[in-house]
Amino acid sequence: MAPALALIGLFLVFPALWTIYLGMTDYRLTGLQAVDPSFVGLDNYGRILGDPAFWRSLRLTLVFVLVSGIIGQSLLGFAIAWALRRLTGWLKSLIETLVLAAWVIPASVSSFLWIALLDRRGGTLNEILGTEGTAWLIEHPMAAIIIFNVWVGTAFSMLLFSSALAAVPPSQLESARMAGAGGWQQLRDVVIPNIRGHILTNTLLITLWTFNTFTPYLVTAGGPNGASEILAVYIYNTAIPGGQLGVGAAISLIMLLINLVIALGYLRVGRARQAKPADATAAETAGGVVKPS
Amino acid sequence: MAAITTQALVKEYPGGVRGVDGVDITIADGEFFALLGPSGCGKTTLLRSIAGLEAITEGQLHIGDRDVTRLEPGQRNVAMVFQDYALFPHMDVADNIAYPLKIRRQGRSARRGVAAEVGDGLSLTGLMERRPGQLSGGQQQRVALARAVATRPDVLLLDEPLSNLDARLRLEARTFLKELQRDLAITTVFVTHDQAEALALADRIAVMSAGKLLQVGTPREVFAKPATTFVAGFIGSTPMNLLPGRVEGSRVRFGSADVPVPPDAVGMVDDGAEVVWGARPEYLGWSTTAVEDGVEAEVTVVENLGASVLVTAAVGTDRLQLVLDEDHEPEPGARGWVTARAHRTLLFDAESGQRLDAGAGVPAVAP
Repeated sequence: MAPALALIGLFLVFPALWTIYLGMTDYRLTGLQAVDPSFVGLDNYGRILGDPAFWRSLRLTLVFVLVSGIIGQSLLGFAIAWALRRLTGWLKSLIETLVLAAWVIPASVSSFLWIALLDRRGGTLNEILGTEGTAWLIEHPMAAIIIFNVWVGTAFSMLLFSSALAAVPPSQLESARMAGAGGWQQLRDVVIPNIRGHILTNTLLITLWTFNTFTPYLVTAGGPNGASEILAVYIYNTAIPGGQLGVGAAISLIMLLINLVIALGYLRVGRARQAKPADATAAETAGGVVKPS
Repeated sequence: MAAITTQALVKEYPGGVRGVDGVDITIADGEFFALLGPSGCGKTTLLRSIAGLEAITEGQLHIGDRDVTRLEPGQRNVAMVFQDYALFPHMDVADNIAYPLKIRRQGRSARRGVAAEVGDGLSLTGLMERRPGQLSGGQQQRVALARAVATRPDVLLLDEPLSNLDARLRLEARTFLKELQRDLAITTVFVTHDQAEALALADRIAVMSAGKLLQVGTPREVFAKPATTFVAGFIGSTPMNLLPGRVEGSRVRFGSADVPVPPDAVGMVDDGAEVVWGARPEYLGWSTTAVEDGVEAEVTVVENLGASVLVTAAVGTDRLQLVLDEDHEPEPGARGWVTARAHRTLLFDAESGQRLDAGAGVPAVAP
């Protein structure tokens, strides 16, 4: 126990506390404050909350999480899993491999692939579309990183939903078919109720991962002019190129708190969901031992 | 309410395996019909083909006067109860029962009304608000039945309806099912691998093997006059005695013993023909004194069946099994004579396994 606690303390608790401390200093990467930072209390937080760049970054992050994570990865992942469910043989393997490849390729490689695809001069997309000279990364930076992130992350949702769909009892689907239910009705009445727990877990994980991801930096570097500067990128740009380590630490803490709120929110929904089966068990032990008449 | 007719029905799986191989069958309106056979014989595939859950490869399927061969399951006016009941765990009993009505876009109050009415008929009163997970196996089965009959389908299909119930409940559910079927008078087809279940429930039984029908008949016919040695061995809680032998004049000889040719087969067999002589253990008797046409035997094993005993007796190298009344229980090692009522004995062709029956002409599958 004790060595484990010491390690946790060393690698988790100490850095967290150190971040809180740094967030209340004017610590910088270079210059006088790098040698001798002074305590500035909550000044950093005041500056951040008054900075339009922070609010823009937060807004971009929300759009990014909503569109690329929750809508893009989850829905696309589910759609692919649903479409592949009856497919067998080489076609299924091929699609699964392609989707998985996007996930296992190192971020540095995949971001380079996307830059090569979207580049203004000699980019593959311009070649295909015949739109020589279009700077996709500059004209549509948010769309670019959203599509990039969907491409990278869909595999996880697909895998999770594939296994969830495999666990839906076929006889329930067939029962619905016998009753005359079409595809959408089967989805609504049988599939989604059966995989509700998986949907919740997937959305929680996807939300947190997308919220914290830094990989889009490798594609647009947050630019042009902060137009694709999601929160993780904003912290980096503030702390390292901007040199303001203290302010960066303060934003990090804000981000941590937002993460916490998201996770707690999902847990609450999950607990409300679990409360129902718990009721059921209670009723079963109380009056459920009814002899079949 | 409608009859079911199949014509040369074939269900072929990719790879060429035929689950159902050319089945012609007519199930009358209001009939309680059993598809019986060992696992893998195609009985469930045939049921699912009638349901529309398996696409029919060749042949035709009519329900009533409609050709439903290519119709979607939901358009056939057929309901099915699955082996695991397939209740929706997130809906309460009433919503489960009324689910087909929801698909037909009926209002909520109408649905609750129908659910309550059908549920009452199936002794589900007071359970309407429960979830399936809170019900016993027997109750779950009745909910599944209620959901199936809520829309008054033409045909009710049951896949192994009693197999998920424990032994004690099974008998109760069997009687209940038979009553329900008679009250509703819905054409009902059920699949089972349990011959006792088929004999007890069905008006007629189709015995299947390897995707084909071997025999279609009433339980009494299938039990007393099985069309083949396979059916003879499959039906009955104690399998039929089947002894290979040879015809000698008007007698069948096996080993050291001989018995008269069964009356059904008289005139059907030539001298010297290789045959299989069959007699159900229930139709055999035991005599401690010599009797005409008795077969001398020695008791080797006596198994208690409650009110009766299953006696195994050795006749030379052959074995005969008899079911005897508990009051006439012989001791192991006792010698005596096995007696058979001649009209209860059967003769099968040794090669084809078909029963030889002068009265029925060719002992083929019923039309």
